[in-house]
Amino acid sequence: MRNIWIIFRKELHSYFVSPIAYLLLTMFALIFGFFFWNALGMFIYYGMESQMRGQMFPPNLNEQVIRPLLSNASVIGLFFIPMITMRLFAEEKRSGTIELLATSPVRDVEVIVGKWLAALALYAGMLFFTALNFAFLFRYGNPDWKPLAIGYLGLLLQAGGLLAIGTFISTLTKNQIIAGAATFGVCLLLWVLEWVGGYETAGWARVLSYMSVVTHFESFAKGVLDSKDAIFYVTVIFLGLFFTTRSMESLRWRS
Amino acid sequence: MITVKSLTKRYARTTAIDNISFEVQKGQIVGFLGPNGAGKTTTMRVLTCFIPPTAGTATVAGFDVLEHPLEVKKHIGYLPETPPLYPEMDTAHYLTFVGKLKGLSGDDLRRRVDYVCERCAIVDVKNKLLGKLSKGYRQRVGLAQAIIHNPDVLILDEPTAGLDPKQINETRDLIKSLAGDHTIILSTHILPEVEQTCEQVIIINKGKVVATDSVHNLQNRARGGESVLLEVAGRNGTLDSNSVQRKLEQVPGAGRVLMKESGGNRMIFEVESQKDRSIRGDVARAVVEAGWDLNELRPAAVSLEEVFLQLTATEKPTAVEEVLAKGAE
Repeated sequence: MRNIWIIFRKELHSYFVSPIAYLLLTMFALIFGFFFWNALGMFIYYGMESQMRGQMFPPNLNEQVIRPLLSNASVIGLFFIPMITMRLFAEEKRSGTIELLATSPVRDVEVIVGKWLAALALYAGMLFFTALNFAFLFRYGNPDWKPLAIGYLGLLLQAGGLLAIGTFISTLTKNQIIAGAATFGVCLLLWVLEWVGGYETAGWARVLSYMSVVTHFESFAKGVLDSKDAIFYVTVIFLGLFFTTRSMESLRWRS
Repeated sequence: MITVKSLTKRYARTTAIDNISFEVQKGQIVGFLGPNGAGKTTTMRVLTCFIPPTAGTATVAGFDVLEHPLEVKKHIGYLPETPPLYPEMDTAHYLTFVGKLKGLSGDDLRRRVDYVCERCAIVDVKNKLLGKLSKGYRQRVGLAQAIIHNPDVLILDEPTAGLDPKQINETRDLIKSLAGDHTIILSTHILPEVEQTCEQVIIINKGKVVATDSVHNLQNRARGGESVLLEVAGRNGTLDSNSVQRKLEQVPGAGRVLMKESGGNRMIFEVESQKDRSIRGDVARAVVEAGWDLNELRPAAVSLEEVFLQLTATEKPTAVEEVLAKGAE
């Protein structure tokens, strides 16, 4: 536990002494801010229109603003995750500092979990800025907070899975760019796999569509905590981290 | 302190170390000597549990590297060939991080960080970013990192590579001053370094240990009993090797006589003297009096360098050298 904490602190420090953390936080906040501004504009526009038509149903913040925005955040996240994980191991391998970690009295799994948690913490920091946007909704409207909380839990779980995959890919190369590009490719693929389900109902299509990380986010975005989706993400996290430990081990046999 | 028994490490196509065995006693400084690619780094990586051996066993401080890697790592301080520094950290922060990794905490940690900074003369760069340090300082921070947890065994991979002569001397003195408290293995391909810093030498070549001895003994082996190389040429007609051999054996004080090379009427002999006798003058006179030419006469194997070359040289003369030799005839 102590070793995980040491690695976690060091890794978070590395993020924040280089421009990378600030860049990611700013870009994510800006892009999400733009989405939020748009979603709110649409909401107000349709709200006024329905009033003029004299419709009875009051507009719902949770349904019409929060839910699509959470889905947007999950997709924006796909683009940022490779940039968070690409340096985790690739940089250590390139500079040779991996020898320090591998010859210190810490277990590989402690190093891996520490690094993964630091990546997750940075992502959580990015989500914090999106939460500031939602805070305005609570100031001027009256949305339900529970679906929002479940939505954030879903975002964290989804990112956890993708970050674990990114961590694994980062152990495969010395080159950050390669690690980043490969992780980006995998993230993108895990997003678009969902599309197959739109026109094909055969078994293979259902499997592909099931493997998409986006499919499993829908329940969270609705504010429903569905255990089968949560288990899917937890499984991805475990598999990603497990493959990372295997990869670290094979590194020792090959190097 | 360190016991290595028939250790082998094979990669996909190459065998990096092949069935090597040696032992290192507590408190010794051992030089691991060999040309580039001899298997020095591989051996050190096995000892530090960075890579597992293919066969054989290695124990450090009584713990097997395969069975108790965490215990071994606690007892080892390791400086890889390139110091493992994070460029974005400052020296003090980095040493604190490594100290924590090695299991130190609290006051103990702070004391050790101050101590190693003092010891390795890096106090003045304590708050500088590691990425901005010069090569000499980087090496010393690397060394500080290796001794932070006061390990029983220090493993240093080419600790003086890439330093300027002044820094090399400082680093050697530092390493020497660390002996006694620590058992040290350092690898190098520079001979004087071994002569100056080490007590014991392990010479390794192409993955095999070719000699293990104290520096003193190796030097004696090289110097004890003068041995001379001489090139003899016939004045007219061919030279009869047997008669030269007999003549040389009759020189007072001469021991073994070996013919090293012969080509036409030129021959190279090596003559060993009996203990503590100088024979060069007598050999020269004997050759000249017999009516032959003495083209060259020089002492053979006088330095550790010669021993090293004898032990590690396996290359045949190259084609160019053979052509040159023929041309000379």
